[in-house]
Amino acid sequence: MKSKIGKNKKRELLHAVLKHLGLLIGAFFMVIPFLWMLSTSFKPEVEVLIWPPKLLPNAPTYLNFVELFRQAPFFRFFVNSMFISIVSTIVILLTSLVGGFIFGKYRFPGQRFLFLLIIVTAIVPFESYVIPLYTTMVKWKWINTYQGMIAPYLVMSFGIFLMRQHISSTISDELMDAARIDGCSEFGILTRIVTPLCKSSGGALGIFAFTQAWIAFMWPLLIANEKELFNMEIGLTMFQFKFSTNYSLLMAGSIISVFPMIVIFILLRRQIIESISLTGLKG
Amino acid sequence: MQYLGLQKYSSGERSRILFCYLMLLPILALFFLFRVFPIIKTFWMSFFDWKLVGNERPFLGLGNYLMLLVDDQFLLSMKNTFLYAGASVVICLLLSLPIAVVLAKKTKFSGFYQAIYFLPYITPLVPMAVAWKWIYDPRYGILNYILSIFGIKPVGWLIYPSIALWALIIMNIWKNLGYNIVLLMVGLKNISPVYYEAASIDGAYGWSCFRYITLPLLKPILLYVLVTSTINAFNVFTQVYVMTLGSQAAPGRAVRVLLYDIYENGFRYFRLGYASAEAVVLTIIVIALTLIQFRFIKSEE
Repeated sequence: MKSKIGKNKKRELLHAVLKHLGLLIGAFFMVIPFLWMLSTSFKPEVEVLIWPPKLLPNAPTYLNFVELFRQAPFFRFFVNSMFISIVSTIVILLTSLVGGFIFGKYRFPGQRFLFLLIIVTAIVPFESYVIPLYTTMVKWKWINTYQGMIAPYLVMSFGIFLMRQHISSTISDELMDAARIDGCSEFGILTRIVTPLCKSSGGALGIFAFTQAWIAFMWPLLIANEKELFNMEIGLTMFQFKFSTNYSLLMAGSIISVFPMIVIFILLRRQIIESISLTGLKG
Repeated sequence: MQYLGLQKYSSGERSRILFCYLMLLPILALFFLFRVFPIIKTFWMSFFDWKLVGNERPFLGLGNYLMLLVDDQFLLSMKNTFLYAGASVVICLLLSLPIAVVLAKKTKFSGFYQAIYFLPYITPLVPMAVAWKWIYDPRYGILNYILSIFGIKPVGWLIYPSIALWALIIMNIWKNLGYNIVLLMVGLKNISPVYYEAASIDGAYGWSCFRYITLPLLKPILLYVLVTSTINAFNVFTQVYVMTLGSQAAPGRAVRVLLYDIYENGFRYFRLGYASAEAVVLTIIVIALTLIQFRFIKSEE
């Protein structure tokens, strides 16, 4: 009997070791591009193009980052990305809050149709209707402007859907009626009662909106033709075409572009994974 | 007011309805300008020989679509996009399912693994595509170095279109594995332990348990993951632009995917009508995939 228990334990241990070994190999595969990027960004140029490649730099240097900002206006790209993403996030939060509130708590003619219209537009991928969007921008002379870069990133169907679900389930009609009796206007209900109760779902949506604007690629590629307007993604792409062999500089630029997202992820890991899994379930 | 058919409402209700319209007005305006109008206009433009400049836009009917059928570049890009989407979605699902099964059980450091696997999903594409390009570098890249340890000769990963397509697929799997794992874990955790208890009484363990309990109950979420990642894969553009274009690879040798073909026809040759027809094809594919998903979810319910 005793030896059998021992055998089972041994087998369990072997199982656990094999499991973690597999998971660790997978995890290693996941992080190696980041490590390779980080290590290359600290290598002096002479250490980059060598065979065999070394995982760690012999004489680590931060000069690549200095050189990067000297050779291209990366600070400008970074500020552009920040500006565009922050404006887009604020407006999406506002439009989603208001839209979610109206669609979730009121009945009015045309409501079902309008809501359906908003949801249906989300099915069509953005890239498939950039052509008329682009000609509109040409007509409005919004090419090479910030407003042109931001314009398509001001509303989000998913945001309105998310806020509607949240508001209609957390704010009861009784609460709204009570506020009305106390003399609160409809607009007051939105600002004083609904908004404070939307912090958590608003936070999740905010992360979503910020990321979406930060990683925008095809649209800024079409709209921004001048260096002054490039965001990080376009700046890095153009920089790549110019310095295709200088990988230490390229990796330094990549690190700067990845950095804000990694910081957000480390700070809000649990919320991000939770919100992804929640939205996934809703379909 | 009476034109809107509002006379049946009381004055209080009427002012509330007015409030709704007033609040929605800017939102609907944005939706109309930047979503509804361009979507409809894309369909409209696809029936014309539409150029960026000039007012002459001859009506072609289905002419653009007929031309697509014999356009080698378009057909190649369709083939590549289908292969890219199919291969990366299937392989990604096969890899993520066992990992999700292990992590959904009480495994030590489960949260840590989940975070590591999820990291690529939240990082921006351009810097990671640049990093992968460096990994794939034929002369000094780390991948060829690792392969050389096993005696494999250096591969020109991004030089030949047929190999470059697989290089892109590998990167896509790397990027989306964590997303699959997170969603599948939700599905696995939602399966009530009662099922497994009942199965163990009936003497079902391991594989048969997985085959006859886990898989059928996981079907809705499997389908969701399958459809969303297929749609996602059909919209591939950024990686292709960053990794296979540029000074090293001549544009003609790049891996042609659907969005790149649209981009080139629309914004390099300014054949807007033709590019619109391609965009309509993409839209129809995506809508068809979404409908399949809705149909399945309905039948599950």
